[in-house]
Amino acid sequence: MAFFVIFIVVWQGLTAGGPANTTGVDPEYARLAGQSAAATPSAAIPTPGAVAKRGWELLRTAFDDSNPNNLGIAWHLLRSLGRVLLGFVLALVVAVPLGFVLGLFPYLYRAANPFIQVLRPISPLAWMPLALYTFRDSSVSAIFIIFICALWPMLLNTVVGVATVRQEWINVSRVFGLDTFQHVTRIVFPACVPMIMTGMRISIGIAWFVIVAAEMVGAQSGIGYFIWNEWNNLQIASMIVAIVLIGLVGLGLDSGLAWIGRTLSFRE
Amino acid sequence: MAFLSIHDVSMDFPIKGTGRFRALDSISIDVGKNEFVCLIGHSGCGKSTLLNLIAGLLLPTSGSISCEQKPVRGPGPDRAMVFQSHALLPWMTCYENVHLAVKQVFDRSLSATAIKDKAEQALKLVRLDHAMQKYPFEISGGMKQRVGLARALAVEPRILLLDEPFGALDALTRASLQDELVRLVESIRSTVVMVTHDVDEAILLGDRVVMMTNGPAARIGDVLDVALPRPRDRLTLAASPEYAGYRQYLLKFLYQIQGIALE
Repeated sequence: MAFFVIFIVVWQGLTAGGPANTTGVDPEYARLAGQSAAATPSAAIPTPGAVAKRGWELLRTAFDDSNPNNLGIAWHLLRSLGRVLLGFVLALVVAVPLGFVLGLFPYLYRAANPFIQVLRPISPLAWMPLALYTFRDSSVSAIFIIFICALWPMLLNTVVGVATVRQEWINVSRVFGLDTFQHVTRIVFPACVPMIMTGMRISIGIAWFVIVAAEMVGAQSGIGYFIWNEWNNLQIASMIVAIVLIGLVGLGLDSGLAWIGRTLSFRE
Repeated sequence: MAFLSIHDVSMDFPIKGTGRFRALDSISIDVGKNEFVCLIGHSGCGKSTLLNLIAGLLLPTSGSISCEQKPVRGPGPDRAMVFQSHALLPWMTCYENVHLAVKQVFDRSLSATAIKDKAEQALKLVRLDHAMQKYPFEISGGMKQRVGLARALAVEPRILLLDEPFGALDALTRASLQDELVRLVESIRSTVVMVTHDVDEAILLGDRVVMMTNGPAARIGDVLDVALPRPRDRLTLAASPEYAGYRQYLLKFLYQIQGIALE
């Protein structure tokens, strides 16, 4: 809390320099543009007060959808969240079963590993132009990007989780003669839940990172688009509000998954 | 022909490179029906390896093991095991842990109700019917071992294998669980092979104590027949001269013949 107060005070101190910081309007441009030139907002970093004021305005009109060209910020956040969750769930549906197969059959994992290791370090955004070209739709492309980036942590965590189930539990399964189905559903799966949940947390964090950049490149909506649009309008205060909101939503996603993980994982 | 026959069994483990580590060398033991055999030796002598071979969790490099004239080719519930680390599944209640094993073994032969009864009976036998719906993290170490014992007894094994089941417990809990085991073994008359490094435990429980030499390439050093009458009682035994004699014999083997000098 004290840290937050110090941060605000320092911010205020650095930005409250007054008109000295603001860039003057070029007189030539002012003559050409007339009245609108004078209304051009300054490019300086706004004060905390100005950001708070802008934040209040944005939150008051958060769910405004009267003007399709000027949607409320909540709609943008929900669009982004929708894309993230869709891409994330698709990745989960692929990663966990595939991870089980690769974890249970080490020779398959050895065969697949080179491909995984080449695909994994590719920045998700590198896929964006190819995705746009292939899907011809910015929203589908963004979901594809999220799928690609969310896939690897969940896949690898599932593989490692399945391959490192404690020997004593495997011995129990063998001594009491559990069949393959019982072995996978009653022993391996519950034993891997903590690892899978950790993979899901890493994935959702990366997905929430990447959606902002993906929407800046291609989308016509979403929080990434919002920031880029406000940047083009030089609405620095709006950008800062959006940045803070991104952080809060990311925190919410992470704590939500952490809570689910604690609920589903076994205790010792 | 013995009930459980271990004939000239050797076990090698591969080590890095092309080397091999010989853990057990030419072990032969015959265990009769309803006999209680204890394997004793210093840590690392391969007693647990031998038990894992009987269980079928490992297969011997050479030699053969057969149970009721059938060669052991893999693990099975006819040789149920109680593990040193209790090995209960932490995501299941005590009842579910036992039920999982019982259901797997009797699924074809018994009705769902009979399977449920059997699991409950086993927990009653170790006096844990009050903790059936508890999870392993909610109960003490001694109780966990009793659940592990109930799980092994519930599948009605031909041989019960115990791998230092009380090794991780404090002395008082261990004593009460040993008494519990004495009572159980006398009531069900099962064939038991137990690994231990506790001399008193071996004499209290065993009909025969097999002493193993130090590894690598551990062999059977000596065998002691414990001719104490049953039921055995810890307090009576403490005052008996036979007991003292057996105890001295085992201690002499462990600390004089097979004594380990600390480096």
